[in-house]
Amino acid sequence: MAVTTYSGAEQYNFDIVKKFSVMSLVWAVVGMFVGVYIASELAWPFLNFDSPYFSFGRFRPVHTSAVIFGFGGSALFATSYYVVQRTCQTRLISDGMASFTFWGWQTVIVLAALSYVMGYSQGREYAEMEWPIDLLILVVWVTYLILFVGTIMRRKQPHIYVANWFYLAFILATALLHTFNNLAMPVDLFSMKSYSLFAGTQDAMTQWWYGHNAVGFFLTAAFLGMMYYFVPKQAGRPIYSYRLSIVHFWALSFMYMWVGAHHLHWTALPDWTSSLAAAFSILLLMPSWGGMINGIMTLSGAWDKLRTDPVMRFMIVALSFYGMSTFEGPMMSLKEVNALSHYTDWTVGHVHSGALGWVAMISFGSLYHMMPKLWDTKIYSAKLIEWHFWLATIGIVLYIVAMWISGITQGLMWRAFDEFGNLQYSFAESVAAMMPFYAMRAIGGMFFLTGTVLMTYNMFMTIRQGKRESAALEAKLAAKMAHA
Amino acid sequence: MNFNFKHEWIETNIGLMSVLTMLAISVGGLVEIAPLFLIDETIEKVEGVRPYTPLEQRGRDIYIREGCYTCHSQMIRPFRDEKLRYGHYSLAAESQYDHPFQWGSKRTGPDLARVGGKYSNEWHVQHMVAPRSMVPESVMPNYPWLLSTPLDISDVAGRMKALRKVGVPYSLSQAEYDANVTKFGETVAKQLHIPDAQKNLVEQANFGNYDGDRSGISEMDALVAYLQVLGTMVDFSKYADDAFVGDR
Repeated sequence: MAVTTYSGAEQYNFDIVKKFSVMSLVWAVVGMFVGVYIASELAWPFLNFDSPYFSFGRFRPVHTSAVIFGFGGSALFATSYYVVQRTCQTRLISDGMASFTFWGWQTVIVLAALSYVMGYSQGREYAEMEWPIDLLILVVWVTYLILFVGTIMRRKQPHIYVANWFYLAFILATALLHTFNNLAMPVDLFSMKSYSLFAGTQDAMTQWWYGHNAVGFFLTAAFLGMMYYFVPKQAGRPIYSYRLSIVHFWALSFMYMWVGAHHLHWTALPDWTSSLAAAFSILLLMPSWGGMINGIMTLSGAWDKLRTDPVMRFMIVALSFYGMSTFEGPMMSLKEVNALSHYTDWTVGHVHSGALGWVAMISFGSLYHMMPKLWDTKIYSAKLIEWHFWLATIGIVLYIVAMWISGITQGLMWRAFDEFGNLQYSFAESVAAMMPFYAMRAIGGMFFLTGTVLMTYNMFMTIRQGKRESAALEAKLAAKMAHA
Repeated sequence: MNFNFKHEWIETNIGLMSVLTMLAISVGGLVEIAPLFLIDETIEKVEGVRPYTPLEQRGRDIYIREGCYTCHSQMIRPFRDEKLRYGHYSLAAESQYDHPFQWGSKRTGPDLARVGGKYSNEWHVQHMVAPRSMVPESVMPNYPWLLSTPLDISDVAGRMKALRKVGVPYSLSQAEYDANVTKFGETVAKQLHIPDAQKNLVEQANFGNYDGDRSGISEMDALVAYLQVLGTMVDFSKYADDAFVGDR
């Protein structure tokens, strides 16, 4: 055993995977805590404490950046480095570059959070980082691309495994989107302030082309890559349909880039653009469900695992939420539905059914599978995984239900007329009606956060156990050598 | 079988796969974004829309700094209820000088596209410092520091220069100034002249006295000046009810 572990460490760079896995959990706790905090600010505004640094407007991007780029991004770096090495049976081409992506990426998240709190923001959703941070992201990202593609070029197999296609599409698309959405003119070289290159309508279109494809590639394609490796591994079965994976990969890559403008229905964006986006949004249902079906059907013949394997349960629930939110999305992109749902909490609920239900759950499942392997040990506590699973699932359900009710209520109250044809409710009345649901959402978030904290503790203990075991093994080996 | 064979070619060649993926992901953006720069009707032809004055622009910077867009939209949709609540639906022309756009995506608070002139300066100041003293149901944070923080006006000309580089018609030379006089009239053109930026800012703040305190220029002065101009540039009484229908 000791011998294979040793050669394993030689063959692959697992050190970088370990680092990113740990930071992924750290950012999950930080980002979700800030999420619960800003959710609570909406329910109980005194929590803003009259302080610029904690006010909702500055704190909200801290939440989105920490969970998307900190937690999600680190999980993607970790799993992509793991998957590309395992499936190509080769080591990453450069330990130095890998290490640079780690420190560079963590610096990006820390600088982003600090800069928002201090009041530096581009005012673009999910792309609030100001220009110096954007440049650092670009450098890290190009390094990532070279490292990933370079490693694939050194593969021992002729075929590139399907998970890597999705990771590749994610890396390329993110580079493209990040570059064009952040074109801006700094006030001067020593100023953190910049103004975007585009204005008004064109700027809005560029931003939502970016915004929705951050969802499409960062939060979907990449996590499908994760799914394509870890679901078959955990199930111990091959992917259900190779052909389906080809078709849905190309369809997804092509179609996602068209749908961003459905965030701009009924706005000053020309009608042709948002209608085109809506049409592609409906079409996108098919490749999205292609991925879900391929993942869930991989378990056919091994359904009993759902009863016995809590890690598998995370993955299947993730795929179910993926299927649900990719059905809800196209529906919300219909102009009639969008007229009601846009600007309301329904959108927020939709995002979180994808982000908590799909992205976080598949990441948890994959990390539970991968982390014990990295430290060459067993999971510290299976019981805690059960607890995590139920806390997370109940948390998501509370969150989504609260947002559905509040979103639809808002939408209906805004458009309600009295018998004389006047508006029935003032805006303030619609705000007051939200209070119980904002509280319920914050509680749902607390459930989810608690689950994440349990996982972090469980993984911390797993790592400690792994280190203790390998130390004991080495001591034994040394003793044996001394006797020999 | 044939199909499998072809794809095998792609999945054994990382270069080919990268190129084809890049092609697949580039089409959508090209088709939807590029024409918006080329098709003339994208921005309506309408009178009155002008770049922000130095004070208003500094107010807009603060609006972005505080993340107001996370709860307020600036985009009124063409619905009966929105017309009654907020006013005429927003035109593309009205945000043509907005770098970046601030249309928003969420209305935790009401839309602000036409909030200009709806409330007095005093109302805004009081509401910003203590929102629940004006609207008990509100969940907005208090912004007391806006009133106590002096506005930094040292780099206002630099900010306008950056905006000029991305296409906002602020003037640096006499020729540019003259062009602005023709386009916007003399009063506006003076406000857009970068060499006079600080002087113009101070004059507008002192004259408008937006925060009700004459002792200095606060961030509140700038923010209220910005809010009070939102949606007021186009005089819709000059246009027929259906004047912009064709643009949608």
